[in-house]
Amino acid sequence: MTQGKIRVLVAKPGLDGHDRGAKVIARALRDAGFEVIYTGLHQTPEMVVSAAVQEDVHVVGLSILSGAHNALVPEVLNGLKKEGLTDALILVGGIIPDEDIEELKKQGVHMVFTPGASLDAVVTYIKNHAPKRT
Amino acid sequence: MSKEKKPTLRRERFTTWSDMDVPMMLTPEDLAAEGFDYQRDLGSPGEFPYTRGVQSTMYRGKLWTMRQFAGFSTAAETNKRFKLLLEQGQTGLSTAFDMPTLMGYDADSPKARGEVGKCGVAVSSLEDMEELFAGIPLGEVTTSMTINGPAIVVLCMYLAVAEKQGVSREKVRGTLQNDILKEYIAQKEYLFPVDPAVKLVTDTIEYGTQFYPNWNTISISGYHIREAGATAVQELAFTLSDGFAYVEDAAKRGLNVDDFAPRLSFFFDVHNDFFEEIAKFRAARRIWAKVMRDKYGAKNPKSWMLRTHAQTAGVSLTAQQPYNNIVRVAVQALAAILGGTNSLHTNSMDETLALPTDEAVMIALRTQQVLAEETGVANFVDPLGGSYLVEHLTSRVEREAMAYIQKIWDMGGMVEATKRGYPQTEIANSAYHFQRQLEANDKVMVGVNKYQMKEEKRSIATLYIDRAVEQKQIEKLKALKARRTKEKVAAALKQVREDAQAGKNMCPSILAAVKEYATLQEVCDTLRGVYGEYREVGGI
Repeated sequence: MTQGKIRVLVAKPGLDGHDRGAKVIARALRDAGFEVIYTGLHQTPEMVVSAAVQEDVHVVGLSILSGAHNALVPEVLNGLKKEGLTDALILVGGIIPDEDIEELKKQGVHMVFTPGASLDAVVTYIKNHAPKRT
Repeated sequence: MSKEKKPTLRRERFTTWSDMDVPMMLTPEDLAAEGFDYQRDLGSPGEFPYTRGVQSTMYRGKLWTMRQFAGFSTAAETNKRFKLLLEQGQTGLSTAFDMPTLMGYDADSPKARGEVGKCGVAVSSLEDMEELFAGIPLGEVTTSMTINGPAIVVLCMYLAVAEKQGVSREKVRGTLQNDILKEYIAQKEYLFPVDPAVKLVTDTIEYGTQFYPNWNTISISGYHIREAGATAVQELAFTLSDGFAYVEDAAKRGLNVDDFAPRLSFFFDVHNDFFEEIAKFRAARRIWAKVMRDKYGAKNPKSWMLRTHAQTAGVSLTAQQPYNNIVRVAVQALAAILGGTNSLHTNSMDETLALPTDEAVMIALRTQQVLAEETGVANFVDPLGGSYLVEHLTSRVEREAMAYIQKIWDMGGMVEATKRGYPQTEIANSAYHFQRQLEANDKVMVGVNKYQMKEEKRSIATLYIDRAVEQKQIEKLKALKARRTKEKVAAALKQVREDAQAGKNMCPSILAAVKEYATLQEVCDTLRGVYGEYREVGGI
């Protein structure tokens, strides 16, 4: 497979319906030249994993503003591991208290973007850290 | 020939937060040139077109209701917070439910994993509702409930509690948000497809109008539309368009507009841009009055009056340097007051990080009390009326909102426009436009893209909801299901299903079901079985 665009999944796991940030990020990433798949709302962790695997993404972006991240993120991570998608860059955005960030990173999240993060910061991070696949 | 030096200005463009270009200063001639007419455009407060306010004495007669949105963890915990707020001078209750409740799931549903009690209070049955309002006389307080998809079920639970307390129907006062159109447009807490969902709204309007004359059957909301990224004009236009859609649906059912319209209420955002927001509130009242009278033929002045709650803008708060949020909220609250709001919620400074702590919510409540008691602004009705700028902005916001409203009418109304994704697209475009402006430093958020503090240590304590709440709720539900009479619940749910299939008003059967302690999800699943579920189809 030739080196194509970086494929990014922007996902909304759980019941959280706040999609302003996810949609803005998805659009910015598309404008920056990535291939973006937006899952839409109300995705179970299983649905997110399934989409990530099917689309063979380089990056999985999870947007959660409901406070349910401590339950949902590990489920997604475990699912990805089980399905063998182990090199994807895992990003989380939304309302994530500082005290939870360390634990999320220990579980395999690479970067957490909290309120105020810029689109450029996200784009740059992905460009620099997305897995290079041949 | 002398060359007059052009004054140096700080920027290329001066715009509102919604990116509307604005004049530097206006004169009486400017206003006259616009055709401003005091009697026609303003009139007296308490009189058509209500630009200056829906009551003649406004805050001299009665201050705006101080109504802080509250809810987290268990019903017992929220009951405590309710009582604290009432003790500290809040004048009305406002209930925040958790995500499972908002989406019509019980605490023991797999979909509720990790979500129970996090965004609001967990209510899975009448038992939770009883605990939520324990020791609170529902005949003496007004309660707002922010719920939409399963609003009809939660309303019935509230009415059942009131009934149990022995409160007579005219004494049940409060508001049900119940504005499902804005869910498809912005908040996304929908359950069923659009048409049956709108029918349920009309059911509650019909039922409330008939049996609970002092209950606001709906809170037609702009807040969520604005928070999703809409401009002030879009917020106003889409909210009023939603309102007109409900009026049309109720009228289609044969309800008399003057019977139900007086109990329609509104809910707007109050955002950063001081004068734009004041203009928006005034334009809102003027548009509603004119359209209700002239297009929908309402004859009762109460049908023309736009009564509204307001909440300071959540999206304007920053996680960086959170104490600055106290200032933002105070200024926004002042704008809402000068805009003539009837009810107000002020955000807490820690709400970008978590639900508010007791301490943070106290500051938010005190903000309203300081404004009410110490600044003198409550002495006057529409104190900015007559300002060349404010009148110009009010008319401008009205004109631009009406252009959208007309466009939506031409599409066939807001239900059709929503199905087509029109407001959703407008909002997404505005949200993206704003973010781009922010990143280009065209718009400044103090502490975020200017005046940042590199070594900022977040030193404020925030509220943490224990996962144990979820387990507690699950066990509570288990015990409830063991205690209640299975056959009665089954029979009640059967009636719900049959009434739904027959297109009847759903309030009676749902009220009966919740009284048998059918759970929220059991009722909602029954309805899902008949109506189906909404699936959002859309892009970014």
